[in-house]
Amino acid sequence: MVKGATVKGTAVKEPAAKNGQVKEGPVKPARKDTGVLVKDMKVSRSMRVFRVVNLAFLLVVVFLTVYPFLNILAQSFSSEGFINAGQVNLFPLGFNTETYQLILADPVFWRNYGNTVLYTVVATAISMVLTTSFAYAIAKKELKGRSVFIGIAVFTMFFNGGLIPNYVLITSLGMRDTLWAVVLPNAISVFNLLIMKSFFENMPRELEEAAAIDGLTQYGVLFKVVLPLSKAIVATMVLFYAVANWNSWFQAFLYLDNPDLFPVTIYLRNMIAGVTTAGSAGGTAENVGQIAANIQSVTIVLTVIPILCVYPFVQKYFFSGVMLGSVKE
Amino acid sequence: MAMRLEVPPEAVTADQPGSKEKPRNKPGGWKLAIKRDWRLYTLVLLPLAYFAIFRYLPMAGNVIAFRQFQPGGSIFGEKWVGLKYVTLFINDPSFWQAFQNTIILGVLTLLFCFPMPIIFALMLNELRSQKFKKFVQTVAYLPHFMSVVIIAGMILQNFSMTGTVNQIANTVFGTTVNFTQDAAWFRPMYISSEVWQTMGWGAILYLAALTRVDESLYEAARIDGANRWQQTWHVTLPAIRPTIITLLILNIGTFMAVGFEKILLIYNPLNYQTSDVISTYLYRVGLESSNFSYAAAIGMFESVIGLTLILSANAISKRLAGTSLW
Repeated sequence: MVKGATVKGTAVKEPAAKNGQVKEGPVKPARKDTGVLVKDMKVSRSMRVFRVVNLAFLLVVVFLTVYPFLNILAQSFSSEGFINAGQVNLFPLGFNTETYQLILADPVFWRNYGNTVLYTVVATAISMVLTTSFAYAIAKKELKGRSVFIGIAVFTMFFNGGLIPNYVLITSLGMRDTLWAVVLPNAISVFNLLIMKSFFENMPRELEEAAAIDGLTQYGVLFKVVLPLSKAIVATMVLFYAVANWNSWFQAFLYLDNPDLFPVTIYLRNMIAGVTTAGSAGGTAENVGQIAANIQSVTIVLTVIPILCVYPFVQKYFFSGVMLGSVKE
Repeated sequence: MAMRLEVPPEAVTADQPGSKEKPRNKPGGWKLAIKRDWRLYTLVLLPLAYFAIFRYLPMAGNVIAFRQFQPGGSIFGEKWVGLKYVTLFINDPSFWQAFQNTIILGVLTLLFCFPMPIIFALMLNELRSQKFKKFVQTVAYLPHFMSVVIIAGMILQNFSMTGTVNQIANTVFGTTVNFTQDAAWFRPMYISSEVWQTMGWGAILYLAALTRVDESLYEAARIDGANRWQQTWHVTLPAIRPTIITLLILNIGTFMAVGFEKILLIYNPLNYQTSDVISTYLYRVGLESSNFSYAAAIGMFESVIGLTLILSANAISKRLAGTSLW
């Protein structure tokens, strides 16, 4: 009888409400839920079983999610003899840090790492300028032509030119082997744009109106009133873009030929591709592949570390960003 | 291209773009608008230039599918050749192989990767300890933040001859399998890694929707004698139904684009038979063999199917469920 549609308009409830009611301490499942209803008491046994199964399942999920990371970490510190024998899983065997020293002493690795930092900073800056200005303008409901601007942006989410025309375009613009080929083509993420737009839309209008009466121009309002109040969303967007840029590889892979310009993801990609080839040659190449497995693991660990360092913040901001984007006003 | 990884929730907000609500008609035309808002229009200029150059120009560039293209020449090609390249790919068995693989991987992705986040979110929702819930979420989102290159490296290592999967296979069945090169194993390898990668983050929108379920509905259901399972079935699921449908439409929309970057990184000639999808095939045809027009024809075919899929999914859901993206 309960219709889905009826739920939509209801007020936002915090999960704590439900939880507070239900809370009893996890190890005391004898009394049920609210403990009020007879029907609930009846199923308490199956409920208990369900809770245990649920918990176990989620623990398995946690383990399976983390395992590949731990495995890579273990491999990165293992010697290739043990990797070769297929014995390394959770813990390093034949502890060795030589590979780390090897990679950390490789000037190409550092140059590529530096490129990644550079591309991330430049691309994020460009993206932020474009996204913020566009989002601010299209958030103004009275702006004439607004719906056309929004349409122009949203249409690109569902239809894109495709790989080949893009490639032809970038090449003919002379962007090959330049930083621009990496930082420009994906400068605006429409997904981020829409989140920012809905943030600006939800800002109290009175603030801006008051500022306008005080004689601020629309630029002044944006820079002196709106942006200082938008630190949270700006931080969120910076993280969104920075993580995407840090992780990106395909643009660089397509348009960069000069190894001096590669980001670290391409450094890693070439290593992986090398392993695949060595492996497919079979037989004697096997050994090469396994030594490379150790080097690969080290490179993966070194690339992942910065992401892991910012992960707690990123995760928090991403979540609130997504929530923001998903809440209908 | 990275679109399918990040489960865009724009759809949920997307009531404004293209909605039926007309822009309020103001007295006075463009002249007045520009006089009043010229500063806002200057803010729009650069982004519009961006969309024109990097989004719409390539769309127009698709005409090379019907024109002869000279590398280094005009991006719109040299002269019309009609449907030459279209007939070429229609008669190309490798294309149909890739087409078939795309459909199969797309269906498998929908079948396995779409429901998992829902189930995961529901299970998380049953947890009573918020701390533990937070912990599980934090861990489960992690793969989403990894570069696809890193993911690919992990897949290849875990499935390698000496990797964990083979260690288990060896212990349990006493045999090892060359997963990364055996065509028969590509799909399981791809799908399982895809589930691993997307399950946690995919749940995020469902979790958001779950926090907005009205508590009094559960109350009412309990008074009606519904047990936990019935409450899930009759209250929780209907409540998150709009989210499910929205995400389903979006998933269908990216159906044709199945994990292009990931496949490009983990496939190899030995498993093309099952691993080669339209996007990877056109990548090889276009950029490795420099048949730009031919590849553009295939690419256009792919985009048109993608657009058709999302439009029809949207129309169907609008009619049947009353939920739609626009």
